[in-house]
Amino acid sequence: MTSSFTRRSATGLLLGSALAPALPLRAQERYLDVRPGGQFRPIMIAVTHFGGDPDAGRMLSDIITNNFSRSVFLQPIDPKSFVDRTTNPDQPPQMDAWRVVNAQFVVTGRGQRTGDGRLKSEFRLWDVSTGQQVAGQQYVTDPNNSRRVAHIISDAIFTRITGEKGFFDTRVVFIDETGSKERRRKRLAIMDQDGQNVRYLTRGDELVVTPRFSPSSQDVTYMSFGQGDPRVFLLNIETGQREVVGNFPGMTFAPRFAPDGQRIVMSLTQGTSSNLYVMDLRSRNTTRLTDTSAIDTSPCYSPDGSRIVFESDRGGSQQIYVMSGSGGGAQRISFGQGRYSTPVWSPKGDYIAFTKQGQGSFAIGVMKPDGSGERILTEGYHNEGPTWAPNGLYLMFFRDPGGQSGAKIYMMDVFGRGEFPVPTPSFASDPAWGPLLS
Amino acid sequence: MQFATKARALRLAGALVAVLAIAACAKNPADDASLAGAGSGAGGYAAPGSPQDFVVNVGDRVFFETDSVELTPTAQGTLDKQARWLQQYNRYSFTIEGHADERGTREYNFALGAQRAEATKNYLVARGISPARMHTISYGKERPVAVCDNISCWSQNRRAVTVLNGGQS
Repeated sequence: MTSSFTRRSATGLLLGSALAPALPLRAQERYLDVRPGGQFRPIMIAVTHFGGDPDAGRMLSDIITNNFSRSVFLQPIDPKSFVDRTTNPDQPPQMDAWRVVNAQFVVTGRGQRTGDGRLKSEFRLWDVSTGQQVAGQQYVTDPNNSRRVAHIISDAIFTRITGEKGFFDTRVVFIDETGSKERRRKRLAIMDQDGQNVRYLTRGDELVVTPRFSPSSQDVTYMSFGQGDPRVFLLNIETGQREVVGNFPGMTFAPRFAPDGQRIVMSLTQGTSSNLYVMDLRSRNTTRLTDTSAIDTSPCYSPDGSRIVFESDRGGSQQIYVMSGSGGGAQRISFGQGRYSTPVWSPKGDYIAFTKQGQGSFAIGVMKPDGSGERILTEGYHNEGPTWAPNGLYLMFFRDPGGQSGAKIYMMDVFGRGEFPVPTPSFASDPAWGPLLS
Repeated sequence: MQFATKARALRLAGALVAVLAIAACAKNPADDASLAGAGSGAGGYAAPGSPQDFVVNVGDRVFFETDSVELTPTAQGTLDKQARWLQQYNRYSFTIEGHADERGTREYNFALGAQRAEATKNYLVARGISPARMHTISYGKERPVAVCDNISCWSQNRRAVTVLNGGQS
């Protein structure tokens, strides 16, 4: 909790305060239970044009609407159909007017400059069936943080309705790609989950790939080609401080943080074999986890840190294995037709997402940690590299149509009901979703 | 682990000894110098013993089957020529770059490219070239030489390239 408070302070965000009336106790139930699976009707929600300063209010409601339009579980109603166009958040909405457009919830709000140049943003969430306000907050911030406030409001509403953690106030690290495929320029970049606020973290003079976010700090680990062997690096995205991870006699790649953020697990190539190692970032001690003459790579811890899922071709082709977090014997869990790779454990622990290759296509899918219940979510010429939203309900991955074109990043829900391109300035690959900021 | 080790050991042994006639099953660009990149087609004279001579008259690269690290008979023929040239001009140190095609996942392809570079290195060592002259690096699928969405490109990208220091790939 300390860290999230610090982060809020660092970005000049003041703690939100609840807007009366307080939530009735019974309101803690979830309106849409997403746990049973993909059989549900999305909640219809009307996001009114926020009042206050026209620009500030409009921007807040536009960002919130755009967020919900990609959420699958909430479906924003087209504002053109609104009968009630009042935007005064201090008055309860005319519930009859919202029933006419089949709204189950209405969001009202306001964005207004204060005398000292700050932005005061507020929202109220109304349950149309009861006419009651079921959530409400206000936030006073530096105006530069208005996008973040819109994401925080989106999360508050998403959580109130689904009972699940939010995911809108998050960032994604990825690889920005420009130039021909033969001489691709790759830069490490970071953006908000909706593709906004892109910032470049490397200059592009060195080839960089496969960034991964720390679950607990502002650090990113990735693979970089510089002088000598390609290696795993650690970069603090706020200070720009960069260091090599470990002193290994060969190429290190496929890094990923342990859930505690204090260790990095990765592959080391020596001769023809690639094995898994973990390095403790405090003691700098390294531990070997596998001992094979094959290719062991793409390791990822379970959310409790007790197990590691990884891919190996030790049995002849790429398949997914699970072993103890301290290494040792591994159990193969993938048994379908084709090759399985890039396993990533859901932050909720319930699924492992993967890339699956077969019959000339590359698919993204999920399976349970025991290998059962495999579901393919998307399939085509080339889909690769899933990454989980911190609430375990969404994935991003990249898709390359082949030829001189290039990869773009897509987002989809874990049930495969909706798929949305993430807008990026150029071609983009290797997305890695970061933790919830607030 | 026991089984796995054995399976892989067999695969790598194959890389050194294989004389199986599998080369016919795919139309590999093989060691056709016209595909070898640097120096060719310019009509320039490649001085014997120059990096250009190595690229044009010996062939700086060998090609692999899909997801394979075995050296085909054609590849072995190219490496035999490389070994003779490198013995004659022993002033060169060199880097062996291992590459994979785009029909694989990124991280696996780094390891696969490393295996291809290592198989190439091991072959040259077995032909009497000092390992002290060699360095290996894998680029995975990051540096294709041919870009399209069919096998005519992929087969050119599954390669190990011997890059002389002072030359260019």
